[in-house]
Amino acid sequence: MSTLAEFFAMGGYAVYVWSSYALAAVVLIWNAVQPLRRERRLLQTLAGRTRRRQPS
Amino acid sequence: MFEGLHKFASPPHFHAISRWLSPTLYGVSLLLFALGLVGGLVLAPADYQQGDSFRIIYIHVPSAWLSMFVYMVMAGAGACGLIWKMKMGDIVARAAAPLGASFTFLALVTGSLWGKPMWGAWWVWDARLTSELILLFLYLGYIALQAAIEDRRVAARTGAVLAIVGVVNIPIIHYSVEWWSTLHQGPTVTKFDQPSIATSMLIPLLTMTLAFKAFFIAALLVRTRCEILEFEQHTSWVRELVRAEAAR
Amino acid sequence: MSAAAHGTALDAARAVLGRDLSRAWRRRAEILQPLVFFAITVYLFPLAIGPAEQTLRTLLPAIVWVAVLLSMTLTLPDVFAADHADGSLDLLALSPQPLALLVLTKALAHWLVGAAPLLVLAAAMCAVFGVDAYTLRALMLGLVLGSPVLSLIGALGSALTVGLRGGTLLLALITLPMYIPVLIFGTSAARNASLGLPVEAEMYLLSGLSVLALTLTPWATAAALRARLG
Repeated sequence: MSTLAEFFAMGGYAVYVWSSYALAAVVLIWNAVQPLRRERRLLQTLAGRTRRRQPS
Repeated sequence: MFEGLHKFASPPHFHAISRWLSPTLYGVSLLLFALGLVGGLVLAPADYQQGDSFRIIYIHVPSAWLSMFVYMVMAGAGACGLIWKMKMGDIVARAAAPLGASFTFLALVTGSLWGKPMWGAWWVWDARLTSELILLFLYLGYIALQAAIEDRRVAARTGAVLAIVGVVNIPIIHYSVEWWSTLHQGPTVTKFDQPSIATSMLIPLLTMTLAFKAFFIAALLVRTRCEILEFEQHTSWVRELVRAEAAR
Repeated sequence: MSAAAHGTALDAARAVLGRDLSRAWRRRAEILQPLVFFAITVYLFPLAIGPAEQTLRTLLPAIVWVAVLLSMTLTLPDVFAADHADGSLDLLALSPQPLALLVLTKALAHWLVGAAPLLVLAAAMCAVFGVDAYTLRALMLGLVLGSPVLSLIGALGSALTVGLRGGTLLLALITLPMYIPVLIFGTSAARNASLGLPVEAEMYLLSGLSVLALTLTPWATAAALRARLG
């Protein structure tokens, strides 16, 4: 594994190895990002409901 | 020490702790991922038989281990909610399920990607892959059941019964699938067994497993924050929190 | 019907069993529906596979087992649905008699009405399709030993999903994975029998699963009902 080209080729198994790592990245990033966005949405929705109940 | 643990059982305290703990754990997992990836992709030598394709192990094995671990967490938290009426148990169990399903899905797909170059088929009727697929169905059933019940507390308690039954069932299912897969092969080493693994390959594996685990806890904390908001939206502390957030 | 107010747990169980069976008898036309579904499901396979006699005879035990599992999921919602609809489920849960025993009785009622007729039809169909005697005996014994598990776990699934919209589909999704061990051992027995091999191991395993289900699932089902009824 001396050159960068060899590293990316992964001994001929590039498709399989890099697809696995790419899929892992997608799954992990989605699981990190989606709950954060949901939290923001929830806070906004609940804030809207509180405002409507207490017109101050 | 139990003072500290008690804090976790109270939703407002859990929410506050999770606020700083989850970014910290994300940082830890990022560091561990970096170490594990360097160790696994660069430093570890290619396998004698499988060449560089064995490197999928660094995704596949931690995902598979975690898929089982998360189910235990889900069932354990559910049991806390069902038996000891701990609200946080209900909440954590519901939050953990999509994470567990994600890891199971990842384990299955990387298992296929590993199997294709090795055994020439996208799907092999291996005992472990088959058990993993059944585990995915168990997760999906749990998620569907909770989604179908409107009252979140009733949903949590019902799901807890299902998850606990699942924990008893999983060894039975696993044993029966092992039985099924050795029917025509004889008691050979199952396809995904590594007979013995070199240290240079093992250390990145353990590092990656820790990285996945730290990631899981961090993600679980965030999901749990969301679930707490849903479960506790009518309480005064949540209303205060929402107002404070809106003011920002 | 005996007054169960001051009776023993057994009186209550007998009352529940009698009520379920008489309800099933009143709607006895509905007992035929899962049987017809079973027959149709089994008949679909020769149409799909082609009329290769040997292939069909080899595959028939497996097809029969799968068809039994699918037909069960159709009858399982009835275990608790009617009681849920008329409110007597809450009364059952509140009764001083052990809920686990009453649940066990309901599973028995389901087995008598929903499973046993299926087994008889399965035996008849296999005999007609020319399955040899030893294989037929292994298949039927496996079904008899394994079907209590199906009714018991099915009752649990029914309790978890009673009264939910889309409940039948959800019940199938939850219950079928839990049926897999029974399926594996039952079909393994039939396959071994067709090769002339002994089937003791599978029969012991199926009996073991039945005993396990008998001792554990009534409590789980009672817990499920209590969880659902809040």
